[in-house]
Amino acid sequence: MIRFVARAVTDVRAIWHDMPNTDEPRVYFANHASHGDIVLIWATLPKRVREAARPVAGSDYWSLSPLRRFLGQHVFDVLSIDRAAAWIATGPLKLMAEALDRGESLVLFPEGTRNTGEAALLPFKCGLFYLAQSRPHIQLVPVWIDNAGRAMPKGRWFPVPILCTVSYGEALRVEVGEDKNAFMHRASAAVQALRPRHRAAP
Amino acid sequence: MNDADLLQTKQLLLAGTLTVLIVASLAGALLKLRFARGRTHTVIDNLNSRIKAWWVMVLLLSVALLSGPAITVVLFAFVSFVALREYTTLCATRPGDHAVLAAMFYGVLPIQYGLVWGGWNGLFMVFIPVGAFLLLPILACASADRTRFLERIATAQWGLMVCVFCVSHLPALLTLDIAGFEGRNVLLIAWLVMVVQGSDVLQYIWGKLLGRHKVAPELSPSKTLEGLLGGVASATLLGAALYWITPFTPGQSALMALVVCTLGYCGGLVMSAIKRDRGVKDWGSVIEGHGGMLDRLDSMIFAGPIFFYLVRHWWAS
Repeated sequence: MIRFVARAVTDVRAIWHDMPNTDEPRVYFANHASHGDIVLIWATLPKRVREAARPVAGSDYWSLSPLRRFLGQHVFDVLSIDRAAAWIATGPLKLMAEALDRGESLVLFPEGTRNTGEAALLPFKCGLFYLAQSRPHIQLVPVWIDNAGRAMPKGRWFPVPILCTVSYGEALRVEVGEDKNAFMHRASAAVQALRPRHRAAP
Repeated sequence: MNDADLLQTKQLLLAGTLTVLIVASLAGALLKLRFARGRTHTVIDNLNSRIKAWWVMVLLLSVALLSGPAITVVLFAFVSFVALREYTTLCATRPGDHAVLAAMFYGVLPIQYGLVWGGWNGLFMVFIPVGAFLLLPILACASADRTRFLERIATAQWGLMVCVFCVSHLPALLTLDIAGFEGRNVLLIAWLVMVVQGSDVLQYIWGKLLGRHKVAPELSPSKTLEGLLGGVASATLLGAALYWITPFTPGQSALMALVVCTLGYCGGLVMSAIKRDRGVKDWGSVIEGHGGMLDRLDSMIFAGPIFFYLVRHWWAS
């Protein structure tokens, strides 16, 4: 139902640079500008892949009110993590790694929050790196979601009609011996590279 | 003229259009086989995509032609929605525009078509130019975002004028009372669409066959003088030849066709200038790979309202 509305309003289209042809769990990491982001990802992923894909989100936000708890648990099925916890610690990293081991895919927004500024992308948090390091076989798919923040900006609860696209790039992995900064830089560049060239200035 | 005659006229029009389309599709397929089998060929592939887009357009218009006014109005409301969405996507909106955009899509657009459907002619002509014109900036103040305020509000108003107000003049033709032409108003829409779209097609063909001199290389590199003259002249003849479905005499019909084709041509030029400024070639991709709704609609947008007011002034009572 939500996907249907998203399609009708944004006419979302997927651009695949690398078709998902396996049932292996994957980590999709995307830019984040709107609550609509995850809906657009679901609307563009093939059914089989979609059903196994869960968004990772901050528990501080999604447990704030009963409505958010309900949406988070039953509608978006978020894997909620404590954004304040230390990454190396057992908490968030362990939860995500366990989900991958169970065969679930994860949707990560490494910017850590919705981007409302002028910059295309906020600096990535390093959870992605530690997750990739702890499960080196997992494919990390960069994703650029275009225009979701314009269709449904932060603080609004319904979308306006603006055409959106979701671009899926070629999967990355952590190279042997690659250090954190180099990997984070590469991951961030992979997402930015998917951004369409012709865009209206904000 | 009675209902049976009307139905016969519609069937004749559809049969004629379908014949042209089938011939065009066959020609396109033959060209592809003969010159570019299994390869990409910019001109031939572009021609074939255009033919596909015309199929979709003709099918939609046949629905309008054969069904009642309600379906026609809903169809054009949908066209407006898609066009306005393409327009908005290319504009530089800010988060503070959310309320204005919501009002445009979910308020102004349905109300405008509601007025058309209800036949409130006086209201439908002032609702957007006066009502929305004053309401939107007031609403925009609520967001307290003053960055580029005038530019944003002007852009929003222009989008409503072009994508909703102008387009709604086509179904509004149904509401005119023309003596001796009762119940046949939908044929005016058919005539206008056939002549203006025919002019686009004929300009394209003349331009591809004889085009040498570019008219406006900075705005629309594909428009040539030969295409313009040949296209408008042959579409004027087409308009005259179709006089029997309108309340016009052959001479009036030719003159009308000349006016709407010239306007349609200018419309294409204006919309193209906006696209180039935004750095894109097409408005969208509604029909997979064949450009957006606005790419096919640009000429109708400029021809529609003027045609409506000319008919209203001289023929309607």
